[in-house]
Amino acid sequence: MRQRSLIAVTAALAAGALTLTACGSRNDKAGSDTGDGGNTTVVIGVDAPLTGDLSALGLGIKNSADLAVKQANEKKYVKGVTFKIQALDDQAQASSGQQNATKLVADKDVLGVVGPLNSSVSESMQKVFDDAKLVQISPANTSPSLTQGPKWATGEKVRTYKSYFRTATTDAVQGPFAAQYLFNKAGKKKVFIIDDKKTYGAGLAGTFKGEFTKLGGQVVGEGHIDPESKDFSAVVTQVKSSGADVVYYGGEYPAAGPLSKQIKASGTNIPLIGGDGIYDKKYVELAGEGAAGDLATSVGAPVESLTSAKEFVANYTKAAYKEPFSAYGGYSYDSAWAIIEAVKAAVDANNGKLPADARAKVLAAVQTVTFDGVTGKVSFDEFGDATNKQLTVYKVEGNDWKAVESGTLG
Amino acid sequence: MHELPQQLVNGLLLGSMYGLVAIGYTMVYGIVQLINFAHGEIFMTGGFGALTVWLMLPGGTTMWIALPLMLIGAVIVATLIAVGAERFAYRPLRTAPRLAPLITAIGLSLALQQAVWAWYPDAKSSVVFPQIPGGPFNIGSVTIQTGDVFLLLAAPISMAFLGFFVKKTRTGRGMQATSQDPDTAKLMGINTDRIITVAFALGAVFAAVGAVAYGLKYGEVNFKMGFLLGLKAFTAAVLGGIGNIYGAMIGGLVLGLAETLTTAYVADIPGFQQLGGQSWGNTWAFVLLILVLLFRPQGLLGERVADRA
Repeated sequence: MRQRSLIAVTAALAAGALTLTACGSRNDKAGSDTGDGGNTTVVIGVDAPLTGDLSALGLGIKNSADLAVKQANEKKYVKGVTFKIQALDDQAQASSGQQNATKLVADKDVLGVVGPLNSSVSESMQKVFDDAKLVQISPANTSPSLTQGPKWATGEKVRTYKSYFRTATTDAVQGPFAAQYLFNKAGKKKVFIIDDKKTYGAGLAGTFKGEFTKLGGQVVGEGHIDPESKDFSAVVTQVKSSGADVVYYGGEYPAAGPLSKQIKASGTNIPLIGGDGIYDKKYVELAGEGAAGDLATSVGAPVESLTSAKEFVANYTKAAYKEPFSAYGGYSYDSAWAIIEAVKAAVDANNGKLPADARAKVLAAVQTVTFDGVTGKVSFDEFGDATNKQLTVYKVEGNDWKAVESGTLG
Repeated sequence: MHELPQQLVNGLLLGSMYGLVAIGYTMVYGIVQLINFAHGEIFMTGGFGALTVWLMLPGGTTMWIALPLMLIGAVIVATLIAVGAERFAYRPLRTAPRLAPLITAIGLSLALQQAVWAWYPDAKSSVVFPQIPGGPFNIGSVTIQTGDVFLLLAAPISMAFLGFFVKKTRTGRGMQATSQDPDTAKLMGINTDRIITVAFALGAVFAAVGAVAYGLKYGEVNFKMGFLLGLKAFTAAVLGGIGNIYGAMIGGLVLGLAETLTTAYVADIPGFQQLGGQSWGNTWAFVLLILVLLFRPQGLLGERVADRA
């Protein structure tokens, strides 16, 4: 009995599948005139923290990449190619990221990857992708060493991995940008610097410190926290007695929110400022009422205010994703589009068909891709960094972030 | 060093939280020689129990009414899970080699974490916990936050209650007897199964109080909060002499103080700048543990016991 029903189900599935393929090819013939008949599927991998503390940012990345793919398919942007995304969860951990990278490389249909969120995760993935000549575009990594090598700070810039690109500006720009804003515009002269010792946090705090002291500002204290623990009382007490008029934090919002809350609760009413890692609504929620006046810098101009982004925001709303597009939505959308544009270039150069060495061709095409994206002009320099180096300062007002001013590093 | 009084208070507060959770480890170990690694997660579920009660209360309820109800919610959830774990995960393995229940405990710890992660709405990242209103109090140069007041009161009251319970009640004396020799205790007519259940339940009550304190102090609860804190509390229990109730509290306080003071001052020692900061606090705490165990293997308040024949 059981066996018979199994056969029946298999048969039904097979029949269904055959019908569907038949449908597919018929539509295809009707729809495209390229003459090659078959419809190729190109998969764009997405790697981001879809669960855990940073999932608010990760899900925004996933949804935005998904939206890009949907629109490309709707417009039939690359003839004969249907795009699909495959989203993997790295839980913000380097080891998971590397496993995901291996998985994506193994799938021959994957021609590009969007992600990840964390610079430390990217470090573990770069070589895997580079060996497979699979292009990776991160919408969020800001650690300069990812593109310019470990000795970037001394001016010895070397691009280690040709397959790595990003649409986000680096911390070599972001930290100094925050320092200039604080010193010149906000009139803050005494800073207490705290970081979480991770690739992103420590790097950002380092570039901030360099510029702030160069401007003549005073670093009245430094501390490191363990983001896994939520007890920051020892550091908070040091902040209080240091006489600082602002705290700079290098790290992400799951620790930054409670840190700001604990600083305010200790009776020290000074703002906390951080980078794009704290620019999320969850920060405001975790930091509570005292967060009003806290600052963050984030890459690019506020997506909502750009005319080029109006359509993106409207489409995102229409697609009814459960989660907001968060800090990196626009950059993820642009990253996915950069891959789509590159696939189109590769297909066009090969008489409307996907070339045999598609990965290498797509990779080469990304390097030269230029288009008007959601976040402005999208293109990459010789290191794989975004040529668009705009940044924005945001301030907490009410229960959300408000853009204060945008600009490039002066 | 002018901030020393504040740092001492910080350390005492952190230590009180460790102590509250350490009691659960110590009692269970004292009676069944089991290191209940799921205890940190029992603490965590207590936090979510309190949060659930808060979310069910109508908006605008004052903390004076809400807090006792949340505490009850936390205690109920944590106790049910602890007693359930004892009944269904540990009791069937009581005669098995000691490694078996230890592994079960680790498995249970992961299962509880993942269960909250998967099924509790919005618990995939930190969830905001309600706060006691009112600004911080200043006593001299020391600032105490309203959320800390709860912990400052709860820890000593809990300890006093536990001391009374163990010394003065029948069940408490039964616990002492069972912990000394379960087989003889059984022969003397003590229902050891019941005693063990009580030990688990009491441990859970303390963990639940600790979890509410955690939520009030840090303004959030999350599904991972039991892991690191549980590990620290276990360390505190060993430091104080595992099996000794007062030892757990002392061990917690010593650990909390050690962590806070090393975080604050190690970087000031010439040549040690790189070894300061909170990420090193954990390391120093464990260095302390190793030192204590080297020179006093039974822990601070533990007694040197001969192996049972």
